[in-house]
Formats: sequence, structure tokens, C-alpha cells
Amino acid sequence: MFRNLLPAVICLGVASIPFAARAATPSELKSVKVDLPDSDKMFADGPGSDAINNNCLACHSADMVLNQPELSKQAWAAEVSKMINNYKAPVAPEDVGAIVEYLSRLKGAE
Amino acid sequence: MAENGALHHLITRRRLLGAAGAASLALSKSAWAQTMTVLPLPGGPGARPITTAFPQKGPMILQRTRPPLLETPFEVFDKGVFTPNDQFYVRWHWAVIPTDIDADKFSLSVHGHVNQTLSLSLNDILHGLPSVQLSAVNQCSGNSRGFFQPRVSGGQWADGAMGNALWTGVRLKDVLDKAGVKPGAVQVRFKGLEEPVVADAPHFMKSLDIDHARDGEVMIAYAMNGEQLPLVNGFPLRLVVPGWYATYWVKMLSDIEVLDQPDTNYWTKVAYTIPDTPHASIKPGDTNVKMVPINKMVPRSFVTNIPSGHKVQAAAPTTVRGIAFGGDSGVASVDYSIDRGQSWRQAQLGKDEGKYGFRQWQTQLALPAPGAYTLLIRCTNSNGVAQPETPNWNPAGFMRNVVESVDVIAV
Repeated sequence: MFRNLLPAVICLGVASIPFAARAATPSELKSVKVDLPDSDKMFADGPGSDAINNNCLACHSADMVLNQPELSKQAWAAEVSKMINNYKAPVAPEDVGAIVEYLSRLKGAE
Repeated sequence: MAENGALHHLITRRRLLGAAGAASLALSKSAWAQTMTVLPLPGGPGARPITTAFPQKGPMILQRTRPPLLETPFEVFDKGVFTPNDQFYVRWHWAVIPTDIDADKFSLSVHGHVNQTLSLSLNDILHGLPSVQLSAVNQCSGNSRGFFQPRVSGGQWADGAMGNALWTGVRLKDVLDKAGVKPGAVQVRFKGLEEPVVADAPHFMKSLDIDHARDGEVMIAYAMNGEQLPLVNGFPLRLVVPGWYATYWVKMLSDIEVLDQPDTNYWTKVAYTIPDTPHASIKPGDTNVKMVPINKMVPRSFVTNIPSGHKVQAAAPTTVRGIAFGGDSGVASVDYSIDRGQSWRQAQLGKDEGKYGFRQWQTQLALPAPGAYTLLIRCTNSNGVAQPETPNWNPAGFMRNVVESVDVIAV
């Protein structure tokens, strides 16, 4: 008799608590080991594609760039210099112009 | 030159390792980017994959694979005020993110201008200090950046770089008191376990003023919505700064440093700054503007059950519902207009789950005759601050909170 009642009581208890059960907090945390996906997407071949592929993809995947809106060449130059000066991207000085040109062709605006 | 060469070598090696990793992942490609969604960003591009490839996460809009930027699909916000952990948005700054965290070995260091340096285990935090709970919205400073016009660079989010959770943790104040803050402390700086790929790049750190850090509301969370945090949302500990933008909510929090001088680190002083103007707004091209660190959130509201362009029956009752939040205070009212803002009516508010959280709202309206309508939604918070009717603009794409509009066609 009691055995049958118990699950019903538990079910009612759960049902009456909206989504985040206020009482339910973990009393201990379990170790976590996961794999994060990577991206093998490269910038399409064209003038400067080696420069952008070799210099930019170590720190971030290409999708970030491909999702950007069209920006002026000046804005792209500012973006590349932010990566170098603020985020210390080790871009070879001779590649900077080619990267800005590539981005302007890919996503240029007036 | 030699130094540059060495760095290049390192980067090339990393890239090669990365490429090998990507090749070995090819087998699991069936789980990757199965469907696409289109975000309505002006001028595009709006197409994004829906990914289920991230651990402990359900379907998410893929903005960037590495470091992860994952957006919550907007329909999730119609399901309730608490955003499920497996669809809570994700935003990282640097690509070196630990993927193997041993709960028994993890420790949180508290040091700097304190009487006693602490090294707290997770057990110390879960069982050695009083636990507190609070629901609060976590919103990226750049949420909705993709709607800025003229467009600006950065994560091209639609409206899904936000979420609301019930956070469980300990008060930051209690942790600081345990260490004993020395007189003369001015700020507290927070650092997590993520690291830049390039060794001399600035480690991600954020600071709060000492009084804010000790206000009893700022907390160190070890659970969201009753469960431990997904790794990509900051497992095992995340700073929760109610009412403030998510940049301060440091993930994988491992280091707390009490400072006796103002923090001058890049992420506090230079990045995440806004024009010191109403709505952090300037005219595109304006320069020489005083910049200040981004801080408190501002009110927002959204329709969640009717997508823009939807058809409804004219002269018949239509249920419209959504979510709102007050930013740094509660929601006082949510008003809507069907006549382009000439007149406003109040919507009904749902249950109050706490002033820093999402609040559901709902109304029944009838569009009088067939035709095209624009439904406007406006939240006013309990400080009396309402959403503005014109969009703000700043070069970083921060703090968008214009009155939202939904195009509806009555037939």
C-alpha cells in the first residue's frame, strides 16, 4: 500500500514546482571532461588568401569573419590593427596589406 | 625578427594540430550543421548553421566555432522565463578553454589586498558558506549588435545573446569577508581559466568597485536552474553580477584579487567601454567622446509568440505574449501600441520571479481591419526608465534597447 503511494507523492511534488526546482541544488559538483568542436573552414583561394589563412585562423575560426557585414576598407584596416595591437596577433608586417585587401574584396563597402 | 619567427612557428604548429583535430572530427559531421536559420540582419549575411555539436548543449545558432559564440534560438524565449541550460547562449573571448575539470582539484584563489590569502575548494564553497539563490538575466553587451545601422564589426548577434537563470551560489561578500579586505581596497578583479592562444595577449579579467563587490547581491554561482553549469557556460564557478552586462560575469572563475589601485587592465580600461552619453549613443563618425566602462543594463521587451510578417485574423482576438526585463531594476510595466506609438495600452504581467529576471507579459488584442500593422512593445522599469523609440548607435554595438517592433498582417 505505502509502496504504491510513495512514487505518486514524489510525482506530485515534482509537478507542482515550475521548471527550475528551487529546492534542487547540487550538493556536489561532478568533474567534467568534454571535447569542443573545431572548424576546418579556410578562406577561399584568391589574392591574399595565404596571408589571411596563415595569420588569422590560429586564434579564431573563419566563420566569425564570414558572418561580418560589409565594411569599409578603413574599417577592415582598423579591425586588423586591433587584432595586432590589442590582441597581440603575431601577423607578419608584410602580410597586413594583403589581409586588408582580401577582407575588402570579400566584404567591402563604400 | 627572431621573436616573430618563433611565434610564427608556434602558431603554425598549433594550426597543424588544429587541422589534425578537425580531420578526426570529420566522422561526427552528421551531428554538425544539419540545418540553417536566417537571422534578419539588415544587409546580411543572416544565414547561420544550427549546431548540436557542442557538449552539454542542445540546438544553438552557430556564430563562431572557436572560441565558441553560440546564440539561443529565439523561440526558446517563448517557453518560459527560465532559459534552459542546454540552450543558454555562449560567448568566449579566447580559444584556450580547459575541457577537463576535476571537481576535487579545482580551487578558487582569493588574494591581493586582504588579511589572509584563501584557496577555496569546491567543497569549501558548497558546504562552508551560506548558499543563496537569485534569478537574473545574463545579457551580452553586444546582444542585438547585428541590428545596428550602420552595421559594426563584432559578434553579429540577433536578439539571442541573453538568457535568464535561477543562479545558486555564495555571496561574493562572504568570500571577501572570509579573506578580510584591508582598508584602502578600491576594486576587486576577477579572472577565469580561459587563456589566449598568443602568450602575451591580455588575459581576460574584469573588475568591480569594492562597494559593488560587497553589496551582498554579487555572487559566485555553482549552479544554474538547479544544475551545475555546462562547461561552456563557465563550469564550475561563474560570477553573477545582477543587473550588469555579462562581460562582468566571469566564467570558470578561478582568481579573485582585491586591488588597492584602480584596475588598468585592457579588458576593464579599454575594451567594453561605451560613450558617456544618454543611451551610450553617438552619431556615426563622432570622435573625441569620453568613454566609460559599460555597466548597468537597460530595460528591454520582446514578443515571443508571433514572428515578424505573421498573419492574424482581423477583428478577432489575438493573444500576444513575450518577455521583458528591467535591466538594473524590476519591470514596472510593458505597454504595446498598434498605431505606431500614438496610443499605448498596458499588457498583463506574469509572475514576478525576481527583479533581475525575465518577466512574462501577455495581452489579447484585436487588429480592427485587414491591413499591415506594426506592433510596438515597450518596457518601463521600476526606476521609471523606458525603452527609447529611436535606436542607439555606438561603434562597438553595445546596449541596444530600442522599442521592438513586429510586423503583423491582419487578414
